[in-house]
Amino acid sequence: MEDMKDVVLNYVIEEYLEDEDEEITYDTPLISGGIVDSFSMVSLKRFLENKYKISIPDEKASPEAFDNVNSIVKVVKEYV
Amino acid sequence: MSHIGSYDQRVKNFDWSIAEKELGYHDGDPINIGWYCSDRICEMGKSDKLALIWEGHSGDVKKYTYNDLRVNSNTIGAFLKELGIKNDDRVCLFMDKIPELYIGLLGILKIGAIAQPLFSAFGDESLHVRMENAETKAIITQRKHVAKVRKIRDTMPFLEHIIIVDYDGKHPLREKETAFRMDEAEKVEKLDIHPTKAESPSLLHYTSGTTGKPKGVKHVHYSLISQYLTTKWVLDLHEDDIYWCTADPGWVTGTSYGIIGPFSLGITQCVLDKGFGADNWYQFIDKYKVSIWYSAPTAIRSLMKAGEEVVKKHDLSSLRHLASVGEPLNAEAVIWSEKVFGKPFYDTYWQTETGSMMICNYPGMKVKPGSMGKPFPGITAAVVDPDSYEVIDEPGKPGLIGFKPGWPAMFRTYWGNEETYRNKFKNGWYIPGDRSSIDNEGYYWFIGRDDDVINTAGHLVSPFEVESALLEHEAVAESAVVAKPDDVNMEVVKAFVTLNPGYEANDDLELKIMNFIRKKLSPLAMPQEIEYVKSLPKTRSGKIMRRLLHAKEWGEEIGDTSTLEDDE
Repeated sequence: MEDMKDVVLNYVIEEYLEDEDEEITYDTPLISGGIVDSFSMVSLKRFLENKYKISIPDEKASPEAFDNVNSIVKVVKEYV
Repeated sequence: MSHIGSYDQRVKNFDWSIAEKELGYHDGDPINIGWYCSDRICEMGKSDKLALIWEGHSGDVKKYTYNDLRVNSNTIGAFLKELGIKNDDRVCLFMDKIPELYIGLLGILKIGAIAQPLFSAFGDESLHVRMENAETKAIITQRKHVAKVRKIRDTMPFLEHIIIVDYDGKHPLREKETAFRMDEAEKVEKLDIHPTKAESPSLLHYTSGTTGKPKGVKHVHYSLISQYLTTKWVLDLHEDDIYWCTADPGWVTGTSYGIIGPFSLGITQCVLDKGFGADNWYQFIDKYKVSIWYSAPTAIRSLMKAGEEVVKKHDLSSLRHLASVGEPLNAEAVIWSEKVFGKPFYDTYWQTETGSMMICNYPGMKVKPGSMGKPFPGITAAVVDPDSYEVIDEPGKPGLIGFKPGWPAMFRTYWGNEETYRNKFKNGWYIPGDRSSIDNEGYYWFIGRDDDVINTAGHLVSPFEVESALLEHEAVAESAVVAKPDDVNMEVVKAFVTLNPGYEANDDLELKIMNFIRKKLSPLAMPQEIEYVKSLPKTRSGKIMRRLLHAKEWGEEIGDTSTLEDDE
């Protein structure tokens, strides 16, 4: 569980975080916080699907469900 | 009573001088949008009225009166002048939806410089190509976006100043970088407003076409006349309204109707600088008692997707009038909004080049769900034959939309590209590139684009630009990009690629290519799907037949393939 959280957090930091000084945690709002926009969510979802060999239905990948690392991990866990 | 009253009467008695009179403008007078949107409102006795209520993603709130708008835009203008920015210099605004963006635009205009707002999610290449075209002298940005500017700054010798509005002193500023914090700066009470005239340039907005680089759409200060009156009559803003335009001022809706329209009318508007979320949005309407809401079909369809339960959690009774722009608003969305909010969304049609609304649904006029509505009074519109550009009179017969040039907000040229500008006019009509028909009651019905440009969530993406960027990825040998239908965004980008030897077509590579485009161009331009193919369909002369791939995606007839090189 911890590992998955770190994997997602590190991916978000590496791929989406523009401000190098900004620190984010498992609870930092990603979508509503403007770090990941709704179009980029598609690539984040694709990353999770590739990494964990799962398929997340589009209706489960809502802006609310993808709004922080904790909630993303919750969604992923349903399908792993 | 709505401002427009009877649409038919307005059409009959229309003259743009209605707006000129209301604004106190006479032919030949100086006209400066920055002054009209702040100083003039103060002179009308509304200094203490709230102009802008801003809420950030962490819930922080800032409020600015019209006097604050006046003084802060003076302060930004004076700061730019001190840096050596002169009239007609291009100043780029590259920020999220923060107050400095809204007020900074007015400051730039006040000193006669040209504002060049760019969407802050643009990647470094998208930013570079637009700044290079405009030979931008200064860019105003935020700490979080400065890395993209630093990446390209050395290739732009014309760029003299990089202004950071939230510099925190943690790292030293680099060459050409300057810190400016609007809220803490010493206020400039009086600024000499540059006496711009009707034809003085005001804004450069960039738009994409099928081929070539993005084009800088040049607007002038006289555009205010159209923007003021359309805001008043179409959005029906009244003195006590609280207005929310959800568009980003990196795009034309966000400036014409998120800055110029409401501020020139002295209206209070709210801005939410937060990513999309149905609950967030409804909460925002409830909290600030938004009465007029101007949004986009993609957002409306996303709200539909979120369901009706979340609507019931909030009191949305303040909503009085709803309007939409970006791509055609489907009938289902209009009907849904009537059911859920008790009022329909009124669709409006216009584009970057037109600068203001052109075909709209108006308060008091019957809405036909799915229709674009009727031309704004004073706009001569028609559907014309795509070959002869003669007017089609037959109801229901499809053709190209055409507008008679001459409305105040019409663009004046493409920056440095006069030839392409001239090509947009045929047989006396400006041709925006959209197909439509007109029914027997004069309502326009959108059919689609007349070119390969992809309209995703109301933003135009050039397939050529994405194809070119794809070729810069080491794995990609050839590429073709088309629109793919999408329930929420209307269209999304889909790419077909062939790979260079040594690369394996797999999901990981697809993601790498997607992210490559996202960072280079923008999240909007990122292909949401990449299909690996052995070869792309080409004509015998080697040109990629994009239309075959498009037809396949849309389940359409493939049509004439006689010039096809082979079928794989």
